[in-house]
Amino acid sequence: MSVRVAIGIAVVTLWMAAPAGAQVDFTGQWAPLYHEDTIERIPGPELGDYTGLPLSEAGRMRAESWDADRISVVQEYQCRPHSSDYSLRGLAPLRIWADYDPATQRIVAFHTHIGAYENKRTIYLDGRPHPNEYAPHTFQGFSTGVWDGNMLTVTTTHLKENYLRRNGVPRSSKATFTEHWVLHGNYLTITHLVYDPVILTEPLVRSQSWFLDPGQRAGLFPCEYLPEVPADAGTVPHYLPGANPWLKEYAEWYALPLEAARGGAETLYPEYRAKMGAYKPKDKCERFCNCTGFGDCLSPTGGR
Amino acid sequence: MKTLLLSLSIASCALVFVSAQSPAAQSPAAASDISVVHVQKNVYLLASRTGNVAVQTGDDGVLLVDTGTAPMAQKLFAAIRTLSIKPIHTIVNTHLHGDHTGGNQALVKLGAGGPQPPRVMGHENTYNRMMAAAVEANANTPAAALPMNAYFTPARDFFLNGEAIVLHHAPAAHTDGDTIVHFRGSDVVATGDVFNPDLYPMIDIANGGTVNGTIAALNRILEITVPAKYQEGGTYVVPGHGRICDEAEVVEYRDMVTIVRDRVADLVKKGLSLEQVKAAKPSRDYDGDYGATSGAWTTDMFVEAVYRTINAK
Repeated sequence: MSVRVAIGIAVVTLWMAAPAGAQVDFTGQWAPLYHEDTIERIPGPELGDYTGLPLSEAGRMRAESWDADRISVVQEYQCRPHSSDYSLRGLAPLRIWADYDPATQRIVAFHTHIGAYENKRTIYLDGRPHPNEYAPHTFQGFSTGVWDGNMLTVTTTHLKENYLRRNGVPRSSKATFTEHWVLHGNYLTITHLVYDPVILTEPLVRSQSWFLDPGQRAGLFPCEYLPEVPADAGTVPHYLPGANPWLKEYAEWYALPLEAARGGAETLYPEYRAKMGAYKPKDKCERFCNCTGFGDCLSPTGGR
Repeated sequence: MKTLLLSLSIASCALVFVSAQSPAAQSPAAASDISVVHVQKNVYLLASRTGNVAVQTGDDGVLLVDTGTAPMAQKLFAAIRTLSIKPIHTIVNTHLHGDHTGGNQALVKLGAGGPQPPRVMGHENTYNRMMAAAVEANANTPAAALPMNAYFTPARDFFLNGEAIVLHHAPAAHTDGDTIVHFRGSDVVATGDVFNPDLYPMIDIANGGTVNGTIAALNRILEITVPAKYQEGGTYVVPGHGRICDEAEVVEYRDMVTIVRDRVADLVKKGLSLEQVKAAKPSRDYDGDYGATSGAWTTDMFVEAVYRTINAK
């Protein structure tokens, strides 16, 4: 047998040994891009801004009764991490690594580490079932993935309550979410859909992107809870229905009709513009006018 | 039959709580669906539609927190035997309701074999109310069905299976005889029906329950629990019904009860009647998480219980 034939047989053998289904390697160090939904993500959402959220009445009422003092007075909130759905939005230098089945060399799990709260998560690709209804819920939930061509589709259940938006809009523990992971060269995009039968009336769809950054090093995220504000034990800051004084600012700052700022599925679609009547944007931008990313978007006037 | 009579008598005393916990609670067939879940170290959860039983195992024998309903005792014991072949040493009743005490007599008998019969512990208010219910029903109550080993102090502790166990009395919460069990070595708290992550607090007014006592009990649980890094894990919490939880979920629950209590108090202060308070739906943003429109414990019943006990200490 000639060398040329041997090489040919080896190539064919290796090709035949390759997994039938595609597997994409998402491993590496990924730096977050904040060009999407900048103000919401960096520096963070403004009070009363529920735009883009298909909120249920229950979700809106939860948000409107929320008092920001709660995250300092109730010390159990001080180190509460971002859950796996919300941490995609936040301070998210992302590291991904994989486990391989030694017998098949197929990926059986991806692990992620996200900078904020040092969130660690596993996405199982080995076909295991999700735990039963009595298993603990966690902030990262329980995630399994399947391949759809070159796209990884991830389903997460067993979530603890967390944020949909960090201005009081919660995401309930009854929610699940689905992610679609896609690579475009050195860019990773994750589109995710949150299904929350309590807080939302239809799925909330969002996307986030990262670029490959081999030089990145995710730092530590120290957090220590302690009493920060003198308060009686068991104090839970909140506003009674109709008593929150901070809900109109956002709409006024951006000259939006208040109803448009309060969210709801109807407000997500172009047809809603007809309902906004004589809405006229301000002639001149007044808040967050020059935001392009993390560094120049830390205050409403746009400076560092 | 005696056990059945006792169960029936307690059921009548405890309003809806025993006789109609859920459709599944009425069906012996449902008892076959027992999930065994490891909580942490020595402690396991035996979970079913009828309620939770926490099990501690070790060299000294088996400790049970609650015993489920009478019809499921055999299957519960079979599940216990998958964890330990030791005799049952101690049973702790968190409160009087039959979905938590119905299996006492059967499990005392099935689990015998140690140097002494299994002891059944509980707060004396639980004992007194169970005994009173049995007398009222003219039931010839076997001692094994009752928490004869009762305590009346704010707390009681003992050592079993290599760890300290502390029983904390939670006054006037779900009932007036609630016991919260803390396994100090395993770092697990079993709460009984003071905390159920998918249901509004079942405030059993007829048996001494109040909303403020429920909030105080939840705050007591939060004093006991210590989270691990980033508010996850650490002390695990076994509720009366439903999944294993930790401090984070008790916080959400405590906040919810406190907020609804405050809203009802505000409406009462404005002079609204019970019907007007119900019509105002002060819990409507939490109903999707914890509420029900039918069954043994509805949202309306919860709001009414809050209204009726808002000024009780």
